[in-house]
Amino acid sequence: MASISKPAPAETPTVRRRAIRLRITRDGLSTVAFMLPFLIVFGLFSWFPIVRALVMSVQETNLVSTPTFVGLDNFARVLADPQFAIAVRNTAWFAFLALIFGFPIPIVLAVLMSEVRRGRGLYSALAYLPVVVPPVVSVLLWRFFYRANDTGVFNTILGWFGIDPLPWLQNAVTAMPSIVIEATWAAAGGTVIIYLAALLGVRPELYDAAEVDGASIWQKIRYITLPQIRNVLFITLILQLIATAQVFTEPLLFTAGGPANSTLTILLLIYRYAFQNSLGGDYGMGAALSLMLAAFLSVFTIVYFWLTRRWSTDS
Amino acid sequence: MTLPWRRASTRPADPQQERSIVSSADYRQRRIRWTMTALKVGTLLFLLIVGLGPLLWMVKSSITPTQDTLRTPMALWPNGFDLSQLATAWTRVHIDRYLWNTIWLAFGSWAVQIVVATTAGFALGVLRPRFSRILTALVIATLFVPPIVLLVPLYLTIVDVPLVHWRLIDNYWVVWLPAGASALNIILMKRFFENLPREIFDAAKVDGAGPFRLFWSIVLPMSKPIIGVVSVFAVIATWKDYLWPFLVIRNQNLQPLSVRLPIMESTTDLGVFIAALTLASLIPIVLFLVFQRLFLSGAGVSGALKG
Repeated sequence: MASISKPAPAETPTVRRRAIRLRITRDGLSTVAFMLPFLIVFGLFSWFPIVRALVMSVQETNLVSTPTFVGLDNFARVLADPQFAIAVRNTAWFAFLALIFGFPIPIVLAVLMSEVRRGRGLYSALAYLPVVVPPVVSVLLWRFFYRANDTGVFNTILGWFGIDPLPWLQNAVTAMPSIVIEATWAAAGGTVIIYLAALLGVRPELYDAAEVDGASIWQKIRYITLPQIRNVLFITLILQLIATAQVFTEPLLFTAGGPANSTLTILLLIYRYAFQNSLGGDYGMGAALSLMLAAFLSVFTIVYFWLTRRWSTDS
Repeated sequence: MTLPWRRASTRPADPQQERSIVSSADYRQRRIRWTMTALKVGTLLFLLIVGLGPLLWMVKSSITPTQDTLRTPMALWPNGFDLSQLATAWTRVHIDRYLWNTIWLAFGSWAVQIVVATTAGFALGVLRPRFSRILTALVIATLFVPPIVLLVPLYLTIVDVPLVHWRLIDNYWVVWLPAGASALNIILMKRFFENLPREIFDAAKVDGAGPFRLFWSIVLPMSKPIIGVVSVFAVIATWKDYLWPFLVIRNQNLQPLSVRLPIMESTTDLGVFIAALTLASLIPIVLFLVFQRLFLSGAGVSGALKG
């Protein structure tokens, strides 16, 4: 009896400690094994380049000589570059036009589609189809549609209605709207699907209750549907702004920034600094401009995260 | 065909829901009924013309002789059909090779993304070591950084890897590995794993299952829906990728379609070129049609994450 009640004081701590350490090392090892691919990939291709971008922005870097510290010189040179103001203005113009085309159309489409009771899948599939076409293919296809002579696809269609051919991509005024129309075509389907999911998630009781109070269809849309999907609308709006500020493939492949720099966007300018410079890549200026854009966009990103967190804890 | 994750697909919409804005009572009014029918038919026509129209035009023009496409691009019935354009695009323009390159790039990126996302999601969501909160925060932090910030430093790293001084241009790993660094994938996986019933894990542990067994025999089989979503988006994203492969894959024989198509536009006969565009979009469109529900619910999933 005594021997049973006795053993505790001296032995247990060490036994327990060893058990704990065993568990930590064994679990620790497998945890490390599971973490390894993630740590390597994120370390090398995400965290390290972010830090390196910060470093590069204050250095003069080319691939030949060793980098030298130049302070904020890269930022100053970007700000002094006349192309910078043009790129900022064009990107803002693109974002504005993308909002004008790309915000109301998906809302209207999604509301109409939410009323479809049979065959809604067909509607969704058709709306989403352009999203799955590779962007390079869409751009090259639409480049042909935009041909400026009177046998271009769009100009032929305009001709049916007796409208004179438009220069589309070849004119500094019409080039940007043309690019935005294609970009909207390519992206709107995704937004429609998100809105549709939000619309179908509106609780039916709300509509029932409104009808008891004698609400008309317009009143139901105005006072129930739109307020109910307001959060999703606002969040998609922010995400769309973040995405449009980084437009690149379309202006590069449609017009390469022309005519007369009318479609030169910020990303295209970064690309020009780093990869299209006849004097060798000015990587410092590229990094500086990327960081300036990132700092600007982080305002939107922070608002976005703040709102999603608040709204998801609310509901 | 019934795929396992089709049955368990995460539909964003509640299938029970039977009503929307316009009620059955509204529908009893003739004026509303007619307006709604007109609106629905109008929407369908609009979607057919805008969504499908350009693609149908592309398919039509890929079998229409170039001269007809140039002269009367909107003719419903061209003068002749020229199926040989597709064959020329496939063989002489070497779409076959570039298509294969794209498939190979997409496959590798998919594999890397799935390995990284599932193991990291498991480690951060189920094993939860002490420092997992910090690592998760570091992953989320990368969502704040627009990808363009990475472009220049990543390129310089590839051209001259620090310390070892390798030049990794034309190496597919340079496309595959960065694809794995997707914060969205990891967050999606982690959230899904966290919501799996923990009692099952505890029961498995009691039965003596270690972490590897837990991962392979329990977590992965239960996670087919989310793995399906991440897979489809991984493949499509690589298929769409343009700038990065354009910068790091210089050897013409290794370049994927997205990089080759703009380069060959000026030197290829228009009919053959449009045939090439058609061939390039075929696989993504077929993937979409087969896994439609997964795509549409996936858009819902990422939308829900955003929302």
